[in-house]
Amino acid sequence: MPEQIVEPLIKRLAVLDEKGNETVTPAPSLTDEELKRMYELLVLARTFDQRALTLQREGRLGTYPSILGQEASQLGSALASEKGDWLFPSYRESGVYIALGFPLHMLLQYWAGDERGMRVPEGMNVLPVCIPVGTQIPHAVGAAMAAKYRKDRAAAIVYFGDGGSSRGDFHEGMNMAGVFKLPVVFLCQNNQWAISVPRDRQTASKTIAQKAVAYGFEGIQVDGNDFLAVYKATRDAMAKAKEGGGPTLIECVTYRMSDHTTADDASRYRPKEETEKWKARDPLLRMRLYLEKKGLWTEAYQKDAEAHATAMVDEAQKNAESVAAPDPKDMFTYTYAGLTQRQAREIKDF
Amino acid sequence: MATMNAVQALNLALSEEMERDKDVVVLGEDVGKNGGVFRVTEGLYDRFGPERVMDMPLAETGIVGAAIGMAFYGLKPVVEMQFMGFIYAAVEHLFSHAARIRTRSRGRFTASLVVRTPYGAGVKALEHHSESAEALFCHMPGLKVVVPSSPLTAKGLLLSAIRDPDPVLFLEPTRLYRMLKEEVPEIDYTVPLGKARIVREGTDVTLIAWGSMLQRAMKAVEGFNTEVIDLLTLSPLDEETVLQSVKKTGRVVIVHEAPSMCGLGAELSALIAEFAMLHLKAPILRVTSYDVVLPLPKLEAYYLPSIEKIRKAIETVLQY
Repeated sequence: MPEQIVEPLIKRLAVLDEKGNETVTPAPSLTDEELKRMYELLVLARTFDQRALTLQREGRLGTYPSILGQEASQLGSALASEKGDWLFPSYRESGVYIALGFPLHMLLQYWAGDERGMRVPEGMNVLPVCIPVGTQIPHAVGAAMAAKYRKDRAAAIVYFGDGGSSRGDFHEGMNMAGVFKLPVVFLCQNNQWAISVPRDRQTASKTIAQKAVAYGFEGIQVDGNDFLAVYKATRDAMAKAKEGGGPTLIECVTYRMSDHTTADDASRYRPKEETEKWKARDPLLRMRLYLEKKGLWTEAYQKDAEAHATAMVDEAQKNAESVAAPDPKDMFTYTYAGLTQRQAREIKDF
Repeated sequence: MATMNAVQALNLALSEEMERDKDVVVLGEDVGKNGGVFRVTEGLYDRFGPERVMDMPLAETGIVGAAIGMAFYGLKPVVEMQFMGFIYAAVEHLFSHAARIRTRSRGRFTASLVVRTPYGAGVKALEHHSESAEALFCHMPGLKVVVPSSPLTAKGLLLSAIRDPDPVLFLEPTRLYRMLKEEVPEIDYTVPLGKARIVREGTDVTLIAWGSMLQRAMKAVEGFNTEVIDLLTLSPLDEETVLQSVKKTGRVVIVHEAPSMCGLGAELSALIAEFAMLHLKAPILRVTSYDVVLPLPKLEAYYLPSIEKIRKAIETVLQY
């Protein structure tokens, strides 16, 4: 008897090739207006990200992790969420916040070291930036359990990287999601590097997506620089989650074009040729070529989109930099719902 | 009113609150059909169903992490950690997230949850089953740490802990689970968090204890004019009650079963030295366990503070 294959192979989803041509998978149904709005958000995310880097170099922002190269993975997935869904970002997720309409000036305020920037607006179910790697994974699983318990038609998306997939939190969260068949999408941005440690030092698995198989649910690999592929994969996974179909692991294969953060120097450990190779796969360029083929993109349109994004970021920067300094008493306000006896004594220092 | 032990009182608090508030859910290892290894959740699975009494995969990090996510969503999770020695796997979630999310989100998200765990030695258990690690958690701003000392306080404090808007570590002295019975009201009965209670009034010495050490302390003070404070909430500390008593008596003995190094006794001593030094008539004494790795049952009795040691400390401060 021949050997039996007991598990199917992992599929890789791509909608566009690097030249912006549609491939075997049809593009998700989006109107021209929707496509343009999404492209404009990609431009905004890149403009914001570049401005943040500039502000950091000028000493006007603290350490900042750039999203350069990962815009399609972040916006493609976040835009596939609906109101009522819950999003759990890591720390390199400016694109997720921007996709949701998080106030830009508050993002800058946060990265400039002001906690008030992470006061998430009411009605927006996105958690503040999560610094400890992978720890947000079980939180998303818990939120999905709560949504299921309350019978809400809502699902959670949790963001992490190839590095995060090495954490115990990843295993425990994925395992629970499988056991309880929870409405949660695990969105791994495999950006090839965890600071200086390459992807092949995180796992001997051929793909990260295949890890889902062991937890009893579907894993899919997606070209993470293909906005439409990420959007389609996430939209389908979220719909499945809300129909009671359980979790999905989406591995977005992408690349961290920048240093880990502004405090890092990737040239110490990363071959230049590799970065150059990925430059040609730029997610914004691909979307732009696609729009051009559809007759939706012109030089003038590009200029308009960039000018609009720059104006928005200018405004955000102005607002962030003109906000009054926080009152030192503010440190005490949110430790507990009320002041402790000791805090009531300590706060008198101010 | 009914006479019950601490296990029954805790069980009553859970079932009353689950009846009252649909957002309260119980999760942990073996809390469902088995009713928990100490039977604190007994009967809840049959009464409230598997959606509200959740047997989780064996993963302390993930269980507490998931409870935090539930709390973000608006539920009121009550987690059972099977033994305190297993909580260390979940410390990152308690310290880095539960304790901080209110600050991090400026109040937009909170982690109103309870983590219950058996606590303390003296039940002849295996290694890691007798920990008394309260000080670690008291050090972390944003967490509350609560320790009942009787069936009545167990019920009243657990109800308050579940209703509290902040994360509460609820330490259940294992030795007390079935040691004593008392009258516990079967109505909405709460004991406020953050408030110590004076169990016995006295004028010559202030003795501070909590958890299962309170019973020993009460036996040790017989024949002395000693005021006994049961802290009940270790963090945030009821400093006023402590300082007021010390200013009256001028002598202090602190009893706890954790080792002395950086134990809560050290914090209490510093607090008293800082704010009541001039009222003191004798050095502050601590009666604690030894600064050694917690021994297995054969040596457990030598490790824990004994009634004799507590009496000796009281005599020492009185004779100073």
